[in-house]
Amino acid sequence: MSTPAFPRPLPRVEGDAAPFWKAVAAHRIELPRCTACGTLIFYPRTFCTRCHSREVRWEEISGAGRVYTFSVVHRATHPWFMDKTPYVYAIVELEAGVRLPTMLVGCATEDVSVGMPVEPVFERASDDVVLLHFRPRSA
Amino acid sequence: MSGSGGIAGIAVAGVYEHPRRSAPDKTAYQIAAESARGALEDAGLRLSDVDGYATSGVGPIGVLSMCHHLNLRPDWIDSTAIGGSSFVAQVLNAAAAIRAGLCTTVLVTYGSTAASDRFAVGTGGGSAGDPPDSFDVPYGPTIVGAYGMVAQRHMHEYGTTSAQLAEVAVTMRRHAGLNPDAKYREPITADDVLASRVISSPLHLLDCCVISDGGGALVITAEERARDLAKPVVRVLGGGMAVRHPGIGVRDITDIAARQSGKKAFERSGVRHEDVDLCMIYDSFTITVVETLENLGFCELGEGGPFVQGGRIGLGGALPVNLDGGGLSSNHPGMRGIFLVIEATRQLRGECGARQVENAEIALCHGTGGFLGIRHSGATLLLGRA
Repeated sequence: MSTPAFPRPLPRVEGDAAPFWKAVAAHRIELPRCTACGTLIFYPRTFCTRCHSREVRWEEISGAGRVYTFSVVHRATHPWFMDKTPYVYAIVELEAGVRLPTMLVGCATEDVSVGMPVEPVFERASDDVVLLHFRPRSA
Repeated sequence: MSGSGGIAGIAVAGVYEHPRRSAPDKTAYQIAAESARGALEDAGLRLSDVDGYATSGVGPIGVLSMCHHLNLRPDWIDSTAIGGSSFVAQVLNAAAAIRAGLCTTVLVTYGSTAASDRFAVGTGGGSAGDPPDSFDVPYGPTIVGAYGMVAQRHMHEYGTTSAQLAEVAVTMRRHAGLNPDAKYREPITADDVLASRVISSPLHLLDCCVISDGGGALVITAEERARDLAKPVVRVLGGGMAVRHPGIGVRDITDIAARQSGKKAFERSGVRHEDVDLCMIYDSFTITVVETLENLGFCELGEGGPFVQGGRIGLGGALPVNLDGGGLSSNHPGMRGIFLVIEATRQLRGECGARQVENAEIALCHGTGGFLGIRHSGATLLLGRA
């Protein structure tokens, strides 16, 4: 088996974020919510970033969302992405309220628009890591 | 206007911008050292007068190597690293340090060979190691992409057009034509900008800053002392710094750090918007100028597109911006903040020849560092002719 020349940049499944990536690997989106003030916290931390309470509880949230903004990247310099252009780097706003960075897949770059409804795509990136991509939501 | 209590009585006494835009024969340290000499000469001071030193962009403890290289043993050091705005913030830090009695004369230097090193200033990604990055970097962010997302959202919310953004690039190029040292001086039209290739939508090549080598230096000291030095006194009237990030995950990419740092700068200086004769705005991309002018309060949120049209931000307009040609046409070696302070100082001294803003009394500098749209810093400085 050959080693790829440039490894894909992947998150470390560790610390505060480990439950998030483990859930994504099981095709679910889970985030911590503060039990004191109700704030949903993205990216995950083990304390509330609004009221500083340590009481947070992980809960599953819906993957339904809309494109908040995006950019079609025609020139990348991270080596792994160089032969992936053009690709769509985007921020998706989930119905639960958080806005998360992602890659938009499954549609022509010229068809992407702000406000477009999207749904998750669970993209296996390595033995350990599944990434959370999005694609246009089927009606 | 005399500045607020904390930093009143401080002056920019010496400035120097390295004239080279391509310096493959030099090291970054060499450019910084040549700039240090230039700024001290400009002020009429010697290296032995320096007892405070600030630099950035030199790695975690590179400030020590720079002290070694310049043979400085200062009583106060600062290596603030908040991206391209660092040097603007360092003027504030230096002012506070001098007021506190920690030192009397601060040298600020910058040197970079970004272009000769073929360093990807605008298109680099990041490492996925730090917690926030691990939620971003796997999806292929680039600097242009981050600013592109800001432009896309701005267009969606406010109807801003690519032609309006292009007007910023056209104006900067016109100013660069009046600056003999600028990297690109040939005039361009809005059509040229729109016809240039898309780097990361909706930003075209000519919406992006250049990549150059370069550097510069500043000398900051007490106004009382500056009066006895070589050049007309330029006072630090006030300033502020700020950070913006998505916080708990609800990023609003039209609300930028300039809103907070600019508000502080105006409050602390007592300057009103209508008093400002010129702006030096970090123009990493055309959209950066539009959003910065809005967030500084020169126009309403969403009005930035129309605001930059009709010659308003050009020499001779109501609010001239980036008379040196900016990062879009003059120079951008990776961290442009120092050039904002250099050009503003020269404008207030009346040294700028063909690109001089007539009777300039008050200048605003605003630096942006990091990735607008992901997380970034802002540092605002108001300078005034004494």
